[in-house]
Amino acid sequence: MSTLIKYRIGKSFAFKGLIILLSVACVVPLLFILVYIIQAGITKINWHFLTNLPKPVGEAGGGVLNALLGSVIIITVASLIAIPFGIFCGIYLSENKNTKLAYWCRLCVDVLQGVPSIVIGLIAYLWFVKPVGSFSALSGSIALAIMMLPIIIRSTEETLLLLPNSLREAAFALGMPFHRVILKVIVPCGISGILSGVMLSVARITGETAPLLFTAFGNNFLEFNITKPMQSLPLLIFNYATSPYNEWHDLAWGASCILLIWVLLLNIFTKLITRKWKVQL
Amino acid sequence: MESTIIKSIGYNAYFGTNHVVKNVNMEIARNKAIAVMGPSGCGKTTFLRGINRMHELIPDATANGQILLDGEDVLEMHPIFVRLKIGMVFQRPNPFPNLSIYDNVIAGYLLNGIKLPKAEKDIIVEKSLTKVALWNEVKDSLVKKGSFLSGGQQQRLCIARAVAMEPEVLLFDEPTSALDPISTSTVEELFHELKRNYTLIIVTHNMQQAARVSDLTAFFYMGELVEYDDTKVMFTNPKDSRTQNYITGRFS
Repeated sequence: MSTLIKYRIGKSFAFKGLIILLSVACVVPLLFILVYIIQAGITKINWHFLTNLPKPVGEAGGGVLNALLGSVIIITVASLIAIPFGIFCGIYLSENKNTKLAYWCRLCVDVLQGVPSIVIGLIAYLWFVKPVGSFSALSGSIALAIMMLPIIIRSTEETLLLLPNSLREAAFALGMPFHRVILKVIVPCGISGILSGVMLSVARITGETAPLLFTAFGNNFLEFNITKPMQSLPLLIFNYATSPYNEWHDLAWGASCILLIWVLLLNIFTKLITRKWKVQL
Repeated sequence: MESTIIKSIGYNAYFGTNHVVKNVNMEIARNKAIAVMGPSGCGKTTFLRGINRMHELIPDATANGQILLDGEDVLEMHPIFVRLKIGMVFQRPNPFPNLSIYDNVIAGYLLNGIKLPKAEKDIIVEKSLTKVALWNEVKDSLVKKGSFLSGGQQQRLCIARAVAMEPEVLLFDEPTSALDPISTSTVEELFHELKRNYTLIIVTHNMQQAARVSDLTAFFYMGELVEYDDTKVMFTNPKDSRTQNYITGRFS
C-alpha cells in the first residue's frame, strides 16, 4: 500500500519536473536569439547609424535612416487603415453574435489569420501595384493592414464580449441611442483590451517581410512619398543579409537589433496600457 | 380622484414563438408603489421590461398590444423618449465602471451629450443623491469610481442615476435580490420616499417585500395577470385560488 502511494508521489514529482524542464526549454531559444542579435547588432547602432543613408559598397559607415523612416511611415499608414475597420468590425461581431453576416465575417477573419503573408503580398500586388503600374509604400501598407485586421477584430470582439450585458442595459435604460451606448460606454470600458490588440497587431507586422517584397519593394534613398517605392527595416535585412558584402551584413545586424528593440518596447508598452487603462468592473 | 399614469391594454410579449406575457390589462395610478410578484418564469420581469421597451433589445423578442403612458402608446413612441420618461433599476447594481460617482449620477445627461452648466450639475447630483440617502456617505468621494462603493451603495447610486433624469415612472427589476439584508432595508425605506414624486413598479420574488413596500400588488402566473388589487386585500383575502396557493407557499 505504502509503496503504491510512494510510486504515485514519485510520478507526480516527475511530472512537475517535466513541465518545468520543457518550459525552460521553450525559453532557451528565445533567449539565445535575443542575446545573439543584441551582441551582433548593438555595437553597430550609434547616432551615425540612425541618421545616415546606406553607403555604396566599399565605403565604410552608412546607416539605415531610409529603412527606419520607411518602416515608421508604412506601419503608420497600415494602422490608419486597419484600426477603424478592425475596431468597427469587432464591435459588430460582439453586438450581433448570431447574424448570418457575423458568422461569415468570423469565418473570413479566421481564414485570413491563416493566410500566408506572401499570399497577402501577392494580392496587394495584383490589386494595387499592377493596376497603378508602380511599386508603392501604400500598397505595402495595404498588405500589412490586411494582416493586422484579424488580430484587431478578434481582440476587440473578445474584449467587448467580456463586458457584462448589464452595462449595455444600464446605458439603454437611460435613453441612450445605440451609437452613444457603443462609443461612450462599451468602447471606453473595453479600451485597454482594444488598445492592446492594436499594439500587438503593430508588433506582429513590424517584422513582416514577405508582404512588402513586391509592394513597397525597397529603395536605397530617402523617400517620403507613399506612392513611391520605400525601404523598410525587414526589407533591408532581407536584401543586405543575403548580399556578399561585410559592410552590408553589419547594417543588417544593426537593423535586426533595432527591430527587436522596437517589438520589445511595443510589448512592454502594451502591458503598461493594459494595466493602466483597465476598467475595474 | 386618482389619475392613471400607465395603462396596459391587451399587452403580449414573446421570445420568438414563446408567448411569455399573455394579454395583460392593468391600470397603474400615479404616485403609488406597485409590487409585481409571481414564481420564476411567470413573465413579471418581461412585462416590466416591456413598459420601457427594454424587452425588444433581446434578439427575437416581440410585443404587441398597448401600454399607455399618460394616454400615449409607448409601443408607438421612439424607445429613447420612453426610456427618458420611464427610468429603470436592475437586479444587479450596474454603475458605469469608467465614470466617477459624480458622473454616474448625471450619466443620463453626460452620455447623451446634454451640456449643463457646472452649477446645475452640482444641484442635480446633490439632489439625486440626497433623494436616495447616499449624499452623506459619498459627498467627500464624488470623484472616486462608482465601482468603489459597496453593493448596496452602488444600487442606490443606480437609483440616483435614474432619478436624476426626472422620470415619471421608475421600474425596479428585483432591486434587492443581490443585496445583503441591511442594504435591502435601506432600499425598501427609499421606496416610501420615492413614491411621493414618482410612480414605482417593483418586481420582486419576495412576498414579504411586496407586502412591506407596495400599495398595490399584482400577481403573475404563467404569463397571465392573475390578480391585481390593494396589497392588504391581496395578502389577506385573495380572490383567485392560484394567488392563495402562492401566498400560502404551496408553490414558488
